[in-house]
Amino acid sequence: MAVDTPIPKTANAAGATARPTPRKSVRPSSVILKLVMAVSGALLVLFLFAHAAGNLKIFVGETDFDHYAEWLRELGTPLLPHGWFLWIQRIGLLAGIGLHIWAATVLTIRAKKARPVKYAHRPKIQGSYAARTMRWGGVIIVLFVIYHILDLTTGTFNPAGGDSDPSARVVAGFAPERWYVTLFYTLAVVSVGFHLRHGIWSAFRTLGQQTTKGERRAQAVALVLSVVLVAMYLSVPFAVLTGLVG
Amino acid sequence: MDIKVRVWRQSGPTAGGKMVTYDVKGISPDASFLEMIDVLNETLILNGDDPIAFDHDCREGICGACSMVINGVAHGPEKATTTCQLHMRKFKDGDVIDVEPWRAAAFPVIKDLVVDRSAFDKIIQAGGYITAPTGTAPDAHATPVPKKDADAAFEAATCIGCGACVAACPNGSSMLFTAAKIAHLGLMPQGQPERDSRVIDMLQAQDDAGFGGCTNAGECTTVCPKGIPLSLIGRLNSDYRKAISKR
Ligand code: HEM
Ligand code: SF4
Ligand code: FES
Repeated sequence: MAVDTPIPKTANAAGATARPTPRKSVRPSSVILKLVMAVSGALLVLFLFAHAAGNLKIFVGETDFDHYAEWLRELGTPLLPHGWFLWIQRIGLLAGIGLHIWAATVLTIRAKKARPVKYAHRPKIQGSYAARTMRWGGVIIVLFVIYHILDLTTGTFNPAGGDSDPSARVVAGFAPERWYVTLFYTLAVVSVGFHLRHGIWSAFRTLGQQTTKGERRAQAVALVLSVVLVAMYLSVPFAVLTGLVG
Repeated sequence: MDIKVRVWRQSGPTAGGKMVTYDVKGISPDASFLEMIDVLNETLILNGDDPIAFDHDCREGICGACSMVINGVAHGPEKATTTCQLHMRKFKDGDVIDVEPWRAAAFPVIKDLVVDRSAFDKIIQAGGYITAPTGTAPDAHATPVPKKDADAAFEAATCIGCGACVAACPNGSSMLFTAAKIAHLGLMPQGQPERDSRVIDMLQAQDDAGFGGCTNAGECTTVCPKGIPLSLIGRLNSDYRKAISKR
């Protein structure tokens, strides 16, 4: 009968409550975690490019390189006391990498829990090598960064020692007889390249890239940026190894 | 053709399971994969064994019931095809074919190849609807929809909720399914009132059901029988970011 029955406040087409009682979940949603990873990752990528550009100064001359290292400490003066800019940057980077690893870890744990029983028959995942190695690749990168700081920043593991000029540390660090250091460095830099080849594209997608045409463009951008970055970083140790610098 | 199948046998939700090998002889290459299992089941029943339990309904590629992972690929080797539409001619005489259920915490095995997919219903209940007055159907042209949007919404709406995306995802994520539903409703004018709450609630329901997060690996699109594009996940991400910024 066409009598106006008042629609119960909670009813809707699906027969569920109109607005599910918001669950006050303390767990950050998976997309929030990805946003954290994308923003912190983008910050780290910006740093990597700035750092790589600075490194190339060694091709201008070793004293120029040392001046550049000193300039980094003077940046912001007289507003900031000497060396403060560098410390502010270090704290920012630590926060960025901390958030990035935290989000990656939470998502990895959730992913492992989401598939408790493995397939008996599992062909190689069809996706790219880069996409498959994000987690272990990331771990290699962090181990490398720790070694890298002890080698070239503090000089702890460096034959030239911490009191030497920065350029002297670079030349001593990548000396031909320390080929294993250069090998490890190369491996780590290539890992960064793979991480970013998937990571930069993934960050575009996380931040809302949503057309098929844009997808190809974002993947191309990620590939080019990764290759350029790897080339910039590898040029320095190989220049030392071949005697071009030093 | 004569083949061997190794099938996951598990007598109940809490029982342990294992892969069991069966010989299947004299199968027509024109039989569908499900018909091959039907033939095998007849033999099992005649021998007094328990037939292999598997989900199926329409057998024409539109219901999404026929979930099984064949040789490690959800719905088997043929692209954009459900198991019921897969033919035995895609295999060779003498092949050994592995058949397993969807593997995901949110899709627990009920028996053999049958899994409980009600986690998808929970995601739909959380926001996969529009609020509309009931009664006589409105005129089809009462609300104009741009052709481009109508086509994109229709493409997303072809998702049959089969769960192959979850089965294939290295993170056990249902992001492609949820993204398809978000796009299907969110592209239409009728879907606008709940657009923000829909994406937040459906994502919450997905996380709560125990699905993993997306890493844009793209395995889902590769196996999706309806070819739902990966780019829709970018749309979900974008809708989600806008929705939470308004809260
Ligand atoms: C222990 C260290 C690290 C771990 C465990 C790690 C792990 C991850 C994981 C799991 C992802 C998600 C990938 C995906 O979407 O499939 C990711 C994304 C990303 N990573 Fe890292 N990573 C690490 C270090 C770094 C570093 C040092 C950088 C920068 C140079 C970086 C830049 C990025 C970027 C830009 C993304 C994309 C964000 C997104 O997916 O939306 N990561 N990382
Ligand atoms: S997105 Fe594709 S694979 Fe996933 S449930 Fe829908 S139809 Fe199935
Ligand atoms: S049985 Fe319906 S899609 Fe296969």
